[in-house]
Amino acid sequence: MRYHLVLRTVAKILIPLIMLFAFYVQFHGDYGPGGGFQAGVIFSASLILYGLIFGLAALKQVIRPWVVRVMLASGVLIYGGVGVASLLLGGNFLDYGVLAHDPVHGQHLGILLIELGVGITVAAAMITIYFFFAGRKTTKQ
Amino acid sequence: MLLAFLVVIAFAVIHLRDLVAIIMLAGLYSLVTAIIFVVMDAVDVAFTEAAVGAGISTVLMLATLSLTGRLRREPRRPRALIPIIVVILTGVTLIYGTFDMPHYGDPDAPVQQHVAPRYINDSPNEVGVPNMVTSVLASYRGFDTLGEVAVIFTAGIAVMVLLMNRRRRSPDEDKEQS
Repeated sequence: MRYHLVLRTVAKILIPLIMLFAFYVQFHGDYGPGGGFQAGVIFSASLILYGLIFGLAALKQVIRPWVVRVMLASGVLIYGGVGVASLLLGGNFLDYGVLAHDPVHGQHLGILLIELGVGITVAAAMITIYFFFAGRKTTKQ
Repeated sequence: MLLAFLVVIAFAVIHLRDLVAIIMLAGLYSLVTAIIFVVMDAVDVAFTEAAVGAGISTVLMLATLSLTGRLRREPRRPRALIPIIVVILTGVTLIYGTFDMPHYGDPDAPVQQHVAPRYINDSPNEVGVPNMVTSVLASYRGFDTLGEVAVIFTAGIAVMVLLMNRRRRSPDEDKEQS
């Protein structure tokens, strides 16, 4: 893929836009369609596009495999941590009302945090799967 | 109309032998399904279907295909009579079952009377998030979503463990054999 000039140029323009759209979907999920799942998939799609065009080695330079592994675990931990935090503040598990002085604000904060956790885990899982599927090709050759 | 598209795509998938074309058609199938979800006002589900079904899974299938091969082997033709009869009987039974279902969008349907009115009436005051799907998914059904995230985490870990082991074991096996 080293000589595909058009593909490389278009991808360089598109990848930041895809990432921006992923963040929009992530943080606008409260107001419109979207949320953590979709945002995670779109974000990972931008990185996978990079990997498809510039190669797996370049992608591993951009985002190290151990970073992806940490992301994979930290998303679930953020989600569970919000639940434990609401427990410690005197509510039920995953009852976001106690996270702020106003229950509605607490709900907003809780939903924002857990959607972030969902997004991080989904993105990391997709990138992990791509890493290992694409990595097997190089081990076979 | 859109459902007819789905049927046509499904038959094309059965008849084609080129796996790349089949994967592309599967992506198209997901896209048409997403359009159907949009028509039924389930925008969030349509979004997920388009991103996952038509986007990522197509790419992952193509990545798999680059490891295996492009054409599928012509299967031996076993006697297909009994499976066809079973499939037709099941289909007829399912279609017969839909006659008892309430019409789409019927306000008296059980699904509209169970918990949906409570969510619609109370979630603006309790959660205050304009997108009610998000408030149900993240707040009322927080446990379910936690479970889903755990499933995705497990899937990622499983792929990692399965494919990593293969790579690490092969030099050891070579040593044992030599």
